[in-house]
Amino acid sequence: MTTTCTCACAEAGPDEKELMGRLEEVLAEQKDKPGGLIPALQTAQAIFGYLPEAAMRRVAQAFDKSYSEVAGVVSFYSFFSTVPRGKYLVRVCLGTACYVRGGNEVLRAMKEKLGIDVGGTTPDRLFSLEVGRCFGACGMAPVLMVNDDLHQRVKPAKIGELLEKYRAPAAPAQEARP
Amino acid sequence: MIHVTINGKAIEIAEGSTILQAAKSAGIQIPTLCFLEKREPLGACRVCLVEVEGARTLVAACSTPCTEGQVVHVNSPKARAARKQVVELLLSEHDGDCQICERNEDCELRKLASDMGIRTVTFGGARAAPKRDASTPGLVRDNAKCIKCRRCVTVCNQVQGIGALFPQGRGFSTVIGPAFAGNLDGVTCVQCGQCAAVCPVGAITERSAIDDVWATLDDPAKTVIVQTAPAIRAALGEEFGYPPGTRVTGKMVSALRQMGFNAVFDTNFAADLTIMEEGTELLTRLKRALVDKDKTAALPMFTSCSPGWIQYAEYYYPNFLDHLSTCKSPQQMFGAVAKTFYAQKIGVKPEDLVVVSVMPCTAKKFEAQRPEMNSSGVRDVDYVLTTRELARMIRQANLAFAELPDGEMDAPLGLSTGAADIFANTGGVMEAALRTAYEIVTGRELPAENLHVKPIEGLEGIKEASVKIERTQPSWSFLEGVELKVAVSHGLGNTRRLLEKIRTGEVHYHFVEVMTCPGGCIGGGGQPRLTDDAVRLKRISAIYAEDESKKLRKSHDNPAIQDLYKEFLGRPNSHKVHGLLHTEYTKKERR
Ligand code: SF4
Ligand code: SF4
Ligand code: SF4
Ligand code: FES
Ligand code: FES
Repeated sequence: MTTTCTCACAEAGPDEKELMGRLEEVLAEQKDKPGGLIPALQTAQAIFGYLPEAAMRRVAQAFDKSYSEVAGVVSFYSFFSTVPRGKYLVRVCLGTACYVRGGNEVLRAMKEKLGIDVGGTTPDRLFSLEVGRCFGACGMAPVLMVNDDLHQRVKPAKIGELLEKYRAPAAPAQEARP
Repeated sequence: MIHVTINGKAIEIAEGSTILQAAKSAGIQIPTLCFLEKREPLGACRVCLVEVEGARTLVAACSTPCTEGQVVHVNSPKARAARKQVVELLLSEHDGDCQICERNEDCELRKLASDMGIRTVTFGGARAAPKRDASTPGLVRDNAKCIKCRRCVTVCNQVQGIGALFPQGRGFSTVIGPAFAGNLDGVTCVQCGQCAAVCPVGAITERSAIDDVWATLDDPAKTVIVQTAPAIRAALGEEFGYPPGTRVTGKMVSALRQMGFNAVFDTNFAADLTIMEEGTELLTRLKRALVDKDKTAALPMFTSCSPGWIQYAEYYYPNFLDHLSTCKSPQQMFGAVAKTFYAQKIGVKPEDLVVVSVMPCTAKKFEAQRPEMNSSGVRDVDYVLTTRELARMIRQANLAFAELPDGEMDAPLGLSTGAADIFANTGGVMEAALRTAYEIVTGRELPAENLHVKPIEGLEGIKEASVKIERTQPSWSFLEGVELKVAVSHGLGNTRRLLEKIRTGEVHYHFVEVMTCPGGCIGGGGQPRLTDDAVRLKRISAIYAEDESKKLRKSHDNPAIQDLYKEFLGRPNSHKVHGLLHTEYTKKERR
């Protein structure tokens, strides 16, 4: 029996080995540039979608830096991620207005529905969960964002429904699996 | 020269000096914490705040340059109050348990708090949860005790060039440590312990073997012997209030005997043995290179007694591994000889003989655990204590150190020459090797005043010397007229600079001594804290004085070594010797 897998992993693109090859090409160009460490890490993150340990160690080597130094840089900037990201990044607002109007309950429901903590990614790599601090939509609090979609006046009870929309296209294929 | 006034005292000082330097030159104390001598000041901790007339705010003395006419008050009420507040804040975030802390006897934070008269901590700071990292053989780290002064970062990165420790994360939750606040075994670390040597608090310490050693001393089935490295005798006294540079060899021997060791021996014995082996190895390599034109005779040859350096070469310079002398370090030679020759002699099975080492070094703990260090059939060295741990054990044994009589080391593994003593100093192994090699080749004593090779002594990072070989003995005539060129480096940062010059062919040597720690073993990661250059120089002089006090000052003159070869080993570099006293190295992937 053959099944065509259409889950997120297929969309994650080529395997890590091929991606490491692409990283090598980039490093060959960038490694002698002074101040090139952060741009190189950004490129690596763009290639892999996040920063796997092997990629960070390779970047460290190329720049003749210790792994601890590179890790220090990566952990300093919030735009770097060392865990794989899902296809959809869910960010629940915990800014003052949203917090006061139940942002925390929304977050709790979201964690429960996704089965992950803040900073985590679902095993099917569909969703990652983060919190935000005010998306400038305080009038419609509590709000959350899924990638670029803003969801306003979110009710904790309706979280499941909200997520279904993003799951929908892949759903049939998943049901077809053994 | 510019002129400043500190605490009413007029001071003339070179332009570009900091307030701290000016104060120090005039004998005025300013408390510091993050500052490390000879390194760019970080200005991070603010423990050194002072008041400068006309300045809007208090300034950090360590990082503020002097200006002409500056008037500084170290102890104005404002400056005192500010410094006190800084330390109170540190204490409030610090997981303090001084009564049971490893560091309670020489902790700088504790001393600052006490010097400032802090009796209550008013801030309720958030504390990091204790997290013990005992992932490596030599060191234990506890982030909850860390006050984020970053001295360890500076030393590991700038002095040693390793970079195992860096700030991770940002803001309040910053952790000083290995990658992603993980364990030390997840990154490249050579276990030198220089981080532990500069840490002001109990956040990085050696991994203690004290309990194991007491247990084995209490076990009637075991014969327990001890060896002490040359550097211990010039530093142990500091732990008992003696000024740096006091030699306490005799008291140390008495203390060890009273602690219950069955025999008190000397790593020096094995240092003399090392010279016999390493000297012979060097001469053999020279012959292979110069006479046989053997391309595999790798020159320069490097010394191999410093285990941090060995690991450094394995990680960073695998292409140089065949340049390393195959000699084991004195610690390991001692273990191998003790568990074969000596065990036989006293009729004890090697597994019932326990070898304890006292070392100035945390990397020696790692070295003793290297899988290949079991040529006696069992572990050659069982437990390694640092100088600091020995001091703790002496206190635990309730010995009044100052009252102890001067004891003598036991024969035969306690007999040594002055050449062995100087292994403790940067340049010492080289000097000891030259004393012997020159005499073997020419039949005459090394032509150096008082046997000291001055250009390779002292604290310069990279040192060199050359010795012209003339009027050789017949069997060494191929060395006639050769100018033997040697170099010495200490600290791995200096070593890297030297290795790069050698690699690119900019410089050529026959023999190179490398010590992992600044100053050599006298400045090792297991020595009494805090080791600055003033302390290093005093210990170095003490070691040379110890050497000069000996009747025999050349390794080949050691009668116990001559007997060992006669009775047991055969000739230097013989087949039997190779199994016991020599080793090999493995390239390692950097982590
Ligand atoms: S590190 Fe110093 S201040 Fe902290 S608990 Fe230990 S002795 Fe006390
Ligand atoms: S032991 Fe040496 S190499 Fe390892 S972290 Fe400390 S200073 Fe760095
Ligand atoms: S571990 Fe010690 S030396 Fe390193 S930052 Fe913390 S307190 Fe300072
Ligand atoms: S607080 Fe949530 S959008 Fe402003
Ligand atoms: S010692 Fe001056 S700021 Fe730390």
